[in-house]
Amino acid sequence: MAKVTVDGIEVEVPNGSSVLQACEAAGIEIPRFCYHERLSVAGNCRMCMVEIEKAPPKPHASCAFPVNDGMVVHTDTPMVRAARRAAMEFLLINHPLDCPICDQGGECDLQDQAVAYGKDGSRYAENKRAVKDKNIGPLVQTVMTRCIHCTRCIRFITEVAGVPDLGATARGENMEVGTYVQKALGSELSGNLIDLCPVGALTSKPYAFTARPWELRKTDSVDVLDAVGCNIRVDTRGPEVLRILPRLNEDVNEEWLGDKSRFSIDGLKRRRVDTPWVKRDGTLQKATWPAAFAAIAAKLKGVAGARIGAIAGDLCDAESMLALKDLMASLGSQNLDCRQDGAKLDAARRDFYVFNSSIAGIEEADAILIVGSDPRHEAPVLNARIRKRFVAGNIPVGVIGPTGDLTYKTQHLGDTPSVLAALIAGSLPFAEVLKAAKKPMIILGQGALVGIDGAAVLAACWQLAATVGALSAEWHGFNVLHTAAARVGALDLGFLPGPGGKDLAGMLGGGVDVLWLLGADEFDTSKIGANTFVVYQGHHGDAGAARADVILPGAAYTEKNGTYVNTEGRVQRGQLAVYPPGEAREDWKILRAFSEVAGHPLPYDDLAALRARLEQVNPVFARVGFLPRFACTDQTAPVGNPTLASTTPFPLAVANYYKTDQISRASPTMTICTETYVTPKLAAAE
Amino acid sequence: MLTDKDRIFTNLYGVHDWGLQGARARGDWDGTKEILARGRDAIVDEIKASGLRGRGGAGFPTGLKWSFMPKQSDGRPHYLVVNADESEPGTCKDRDILRNDPHKLVEGCLIASFAMGANAAYIYVRGEFYNEAQRLQAAIDQAYEAGLIGKNACGSGWDFDCYVHRGAGAYICGEETALIESLEGKKGMPRLKPPFPAASGLYGCPSTVNNVESIAVAPTIMRRGAAWFSALGRQGNTGTKLFCISGHVNKPCNVEEELGIPLRELIETYAGGVRGGWDNLLAVIPGGSSVPMIPKSICDDVLMDFDSLRAVRSGLGTAAVIVMDKSTDLIKAIARLAQFYKHESCGQCTPCREGTGWMMRVMNRMVEGRAELAEIDTLEQVTRQIEGHTICALGDAAAWPIQGLIRHFRPVIEERIAAYKAGKPMQMAAE
Amino acid sequence: MADNHITAEHGAAAVEPTSFEFDAQSNAAIERILKKFPAGKQASAVLPLLDLVQRQMKRQTGSAWVPRVAMDETARRLDMAPIRVYEVATFYLMFNTKPVGTYHLQVCTTTPCWLRGSDQVVKTCRDVTGIKGWGETSADGAFTITEVECLGACVNAPVLQVNDDFYEDMDADSTKALLEALKRGEPPPVGSMTGRQGSAPDGGPQTLTTLAPSTGD
Repeated sequence: MAKVTVDGIEVEVPNGSSVLQACEAAGIEIPRFCYHERLSVAGNCRMCMVEIEKAPPKPHASCAFPVNDGMVVHTDTPMVRAARRAAMEFLLINHPLDCPICDQGGECDLQDQAVAYGKDGSRYAENKRAVKDKNIGPLVQTVMTRCIHCTRCIRFITEVAGVPDLGATARGENMEVGTYVQKALGSELSGNLIDLCPVGALTSKPYAFTARPWELRKTDSVDVLDAVGCNIRVDTRGPEVLRILPRLNEDVNEEWLGDKSRFSIDGLKRRRVDTPWVKRDGTLQKATWPAAFAAIAAKLKGVAGARIGAIAGDLCDAESMLALKDLMASLGSQNLDCRQDGAKLDAARRDFYVFNSSIAGIEEADAILIVGSDPRHEAPVLNARIRKRFVAGNIPVGVIGPTGDLTYKTQHLGDTPSVLAALIAGSLPFAEVLKAAKKPMIILGQGALVGIDGAAVLAACWQLAATVGALSAEWHGFNVLHTAAARVGALDLGFLPGPGGKDLAGMLGGGVDVLWLLGADEFDTSKIGANTFVVYQGHHGDAGAARADVILPGAAYTEKNGTYVNTEGRVQRGQLAVYPPGEAREDWKILRAFSEVAGHPLPYDDLAALRARLEQVNPVFARVGFLPRFACTDQTAPVGNPTLASTTPFPLAVANYYKTDQISRASPTMTICTETYVTPKLAAAE
Repeated sequence: MLTDKDRIFTNLYGVHDWGLQGARARGDWDGTKEILARGRDAIVDEIKASGLRGRGGAGFPTGLKWSFMPKQSDGRPHYLVVNADESEPGTCKDRDILRNDPHKLVEGCLIASFAMGANAAYIYVRGEFYNEAQRLQAAIDQAYEAGLIGKNACGSGWDFDCYVHRGAGAYICGEETALIESLEGKKGMPRLKPPFPAASGLYGCPSTVNNVESIAVAPTIMRRGAAWFSALGRQGNTGTKLFCISGHVNKPCNVEEELGIPLRELIETYAGGVRGGWDNLLAVIPGGSSVPMIPKSICDDVLMDFDSLRAVRSGLGTAAVIVMDKSTDLIKAIARLAQFYKHESCGQCTPCREGTGWMMRVMNRMVEGRAELAEIDTLEQVTRQIEGHTICALGDAAAWPIQGLIRHFRPVIEERIAAYKAGKPMQMAAE
Repeated sequence: MADNHITAEHGAAAVEPTSFEFDAQSNAAIERILKKFPAGKQASAVLPLLDLVQRQMKRQTGSAWVPRVAMDETARRLDMAPIRVYEVATFYLMFNTKPVGTYHLQVCTTTPCWLRGSDQVVKTCRDVTGIKGWGETSADGAFTITEVECLGACVNAPVLQVNDDFYEDMDADSTKALLEALKRGEPPPVGSMTGRQGSAPDGGPQTLTTLAPSTGD
C-alpha cells in the first residue's frame, strides 16, 4: 500500500495504483475523457492533469502516473486549472457547437466539463475540422466531426469485445476513428460504445432524436433476454420504454449489456396482445376479462387434473410461475414443465443446474472447457468475462461443439458428446490441461442437453468435473449456462412434472385436454393435440397465441415487478417501469383473479404475500441480489449414465442471437440486425 | 579548433572506402575483443567518465543511460535500439555515418549491447534513407562474415545480432518510445512514461534507445580513453560533435568539431561564412528545427554546446545550424516549421493534435499579416498550452520555434500585420 | 498551404485490384525479414511487408502503391487484425494508398530546403510535368509530385527524392535537366547535382585532409 496525500487528504491505495485512483479514493473528482477503469490507459486527452510534488514541475496526467509512497498531489492549483482549461480549449476548437441537435446533449461529458473548464468564447478563428460520418451498422450512429479521439471505442472493441474492427487511421489532425473499409461492427456488445463515447460521436441509431435525458423516468431493473440477468436501467417517458442502459453490477455484467438486450425495446410495442381473446366459431375474438375467464372455467369443468397441463416460458417471472404452479396443484394437475427446449436438466440438486463458479468466478479460473455452448451468442456479456480472463492470463479454453470465433483463442476438441468420454478416460491432451488447473471450469450449454442423450452428457460432464478436480470444497467448476431468463427460477420452484406428471412431450399430441401456456412460445406448437384447449397467457402474439383458444394479455418484463434467477442462481428483481398496455395485467394477478373464478382462490392477495410464498417454496428466494460462492460438498452425480453419450454432434442452442424470444422477434431493430449479421452468414455458409 | 587527429568520423564525406577494409584502415574494429574483455561495468564507467551526452537532441548522459539497464536479466532479453530515424529539419549527420562510416556504428552497437547485456540490436533507419540502409546492411553483412558480430562476436564469447529495420515516413518515430512502437509493428505513437524503456521497452523487455552518433563514437572513446574525449570541448559538454550547417551560408556542409566552438567561428571557418557576410545575418536556429531561433546579436558570441545555448533560451539539439540571412522572411520560415509539426504530429494527445494545426493556421495568416495584433499574444499562449502538456516532446518542439520568433522578432510580426491592415482599409472597417 | 496528407478515406475503389498475392521474390524477402524478430513478434514485420507490397506493385504494375487487398494479405501473413494494418498503412507517409506515377517526385519544402530555393524546384517540377496540385499524377502516368517534409539531407538542400534516390543541391536548371532525363528513362547518378563530395563544402573537404588515404580502394 502507498500513502498518498491528495489536497491534504491522506489516503492509502494499493501499490501500482494511478494518481487518479488515489484522487478518487480521497473523494476528489478528476475530470477525464479517455480514461476508463475497464480499459487500458491511453493518457491522451490530457484532461486529468494534476500537480505532483517532487515530480518535474509541470502538470501530469493522473491516469497514467503511478503512485509512490509519500506522494503529495494537488488537484486544484493554478497550474492544474490552466492545464485543464487548455485541454478543454483544444478539444473544443474542432468540436462542433451543435449541442442543440446532438443526442448526447444533457448527458455529455464534454458539455459537463466545459461548464467547469470551458471559456465563454472561442479564440479559434479558423475553420473547424469536418469529418465524414461512417456507417458502422444498424445500432451505432456516428457523427465523426464530434469525435475527440479519446479512443475509448477502439479500446473497448479491441480489448473487451475482442472484435478489433475499429481503429484510428491516418495521423495528427487527420486521424479518423472508424473501420477504414466500411463494415458493420461485428460485436454483439457494440451498443456499449454509445455509453463509452464521452461525446456525441457515437450515439444510438434507433434512439436518434427521440428524447432528452431529463425527460426520462429511470427505473432500475433486470434484463431477461438471456439468462445472465444483466442489471439494467429502463428509461421511459409516459407509457413508452425509450431505451435500456446497463447498470453497474460488478458480479454480473460489470457495466456492459448485449445488443439484443439493449435494442430489442421496439419489440415491446409491436405484436402485443393488449386485450383478452376468446375463440368463438373457430376464430379468436376480442373479449372481456370475465368472458375469457368464464370460457376457461367452463372448459375446465369436469376435466380431471391429470388431463390439465401447464408450460412456463423463457421470460417468466418467478411469481407468475409459482402462481400457475399453485393453481395447477389446486386443479389436481402434476403436468408441469419449463424446459421448452427439452433440455435434460436434473433438478434434484441446485448445483446440477446452475453456473456454480459464478460469473465473477470466471476471473479465477485457470482452464475452461466449453461443452455444447456458444457463449458469445448465448450470453455475450458472460462471454466478455471469459475473454477478460483469457486476456489477463492467456488460459487454455477447450471447446466441444460447433462454435465460431468466441473472441478468444480456443482449442476445438470435437463436436460430439463422445469427446467427453475421451477426456474422462484421459486419452485427450486437454484432459491433462484440466487436471493441471487449480480452478478448472466446465461450462455446459443447453445445446449439450437437448439431445436424446442430454442426461448422459450432463452426467458425463459432472464425472469429468470430478475427475479433473473441479469439484472441491474450495471451488465448484461445474457450470450450466442457460439461455432462458426464467429457467433457473422455474427449476428452483420445481416447475417440472410432479409424481406421475407429464413433461412437455407428454402434454403434446393430446396428452392433456387443457394446456396453459405461460408465455411459452419456444416449442413446436403444431404438436399440441388438435382437441387440446389452449390458454395462452402472455404479452406477444407469437406462436402460442396463434394456437390459443383463449388469450390472456400479460405483462412484459418492463411492465411488472418480478423476480428472476439468473444462470448463476442469483435472485434478482425487475421493476415495473411502465404499465402493461390496454387490458393487459401483471401475470400473477391474472392467475390470482382466475383462481377465484375457478373456485380455488390462491392464498395471496398482494405481492408481499406471494413473495413470502416464494421463500416458503424455496428459501433461495429470500436471498435477493447476493450470491454466496458455492463449494461442492457432495460429489454424488446427476442421474444420467455417462457412458450413453452419443456421437451425434451438439446442435447450436441459439441460431440467431438477435431473435430468440417474443420481444426480440417482434423488434424491427433486431430484424435489421438479423439481415445485417445473420442472413449474409447463412448465405455464405450455403 | 579540432585537428584531424582528434576527429572520430574520418570518412565523414565518403572520400574513402566505407567497407570493412577501409574501416579497419581507419582504426575501426581494432582491439574490440579486448574492449569487451574489460567487462560491462568498465565500459559503462568509461563512457560515463567521457562525459558523452546523447547526440540525438536531448543531451542525456549516455553512460548514465546505459547504467539504467538491469545488471541481471530476469529472463527477458535486453535490447539496444539505435535511433537512425534522423528527421529533425536541419539535421543530416547520421546519414553520413550510415553511408560513409557504417562500421563505426556496427562496432558501437556491439560494444553498447555488450555493456547492457543485450544480444541483439535493432537499428531503426528512417525509410527515406533507402540507399543508406542498404549500405548499413552491407556493412553488417561484412561484419557477420568476418566474425565480428554474430555468434561469439570478435571471439569475445558474446553472441550478438544486429538488424536493420526501415521506417516508413514519420518524424515522430524519432521519439524513442514511438520508435519502439513502430518497431513492434504499430503506429508510431509515443508511449506513456513511466515505464521507461530500460524497464519495459521493445517487446516489454529492458531496452535502451540511443542516437546513431552516440553509439558510433563509443568505440573510439573506448580505444582512446575517456580522458582524451573529455579533454575536448568544455566542462559538461565534452567531446566532438557533428555539426550540420545549412541555410544561408556560402558553403553548407557537415563538419566534426569540438563542442563549445563559437557559432561564428563554426560558420565562418567551415561553411564559408554567412551569405553576404556576417553582418547580413538575421538569425540562426542552432540545433535543428525544434529549438528556438537566436538573433544575430546572440549569434555573435554564443558557444555551440548544450549549456551555452540553453543559457540563451535555445538549445544544442542535434547541432543542426540553420542560418538565415537578412533576406529571410522569418515568419514564413517558422510558419513552414509549424506546418512540419502539424504534419508530423501523431494525433494521439489533445494539445499537440489540435494545437499544431491551430498554430500553423495562425502562422500562415501572419505570413500575410492577416491577423490582429492581439493574436500574437494568443499564439504565444497557445504555444504555452502545448508545451509541457503532451505525452512526448513533439509538443514542446512545435511550440519553441514560434516562441523564439515572438521572443526575438515580435516587431516583424507587428509590422506585417500593420502593413496588411494599411493595405486593406476596407477590411479594417469591417472588423 | 497544401496539406498533402493522405486521408483515411479509402477513395481508390476504381483501381483497387480484387486480390493480391506476394510473388516469389517477395516471399523470399519475407522469409528473411521474419527471421529478424523473436517468435510471436511477427507484427514487427508490418512496415517491411508493406514496403515489399509497394515494391512488388512497382514491379508488376509500374506503380508503387499499397492496395487495400494487399493490406489484408499482409494482415493475414502476420496474424494481425486488418484494421491494425490499415492504421499503419495510413500513418506512415511512404505508403501510397493510391497509385503513383513511374517517378514519384518527393520535393522537400521544409525550412532548410525552402531557404535554399525549394520553391524553384517545386515550380520547375510543375512546369515540366504539367501537374498542378500535390499528390497528383501527370496525364502520361510518368510523374507524381508529393510535398514531403525534411528528408535529412539539409546541407545539400534543396533535395528532390525520386523513388528511392536523393537528388541534392537542386535548382531550377538542374531540376529541369533531371526531369528531362527521367522522361528519357535515363536517370542520372544520384546525389549532388553540382558534383559535391557528399556533405563536404563546395570546393572539397576542408577537414580530414591530413589523413592518409584509405588503403581500401
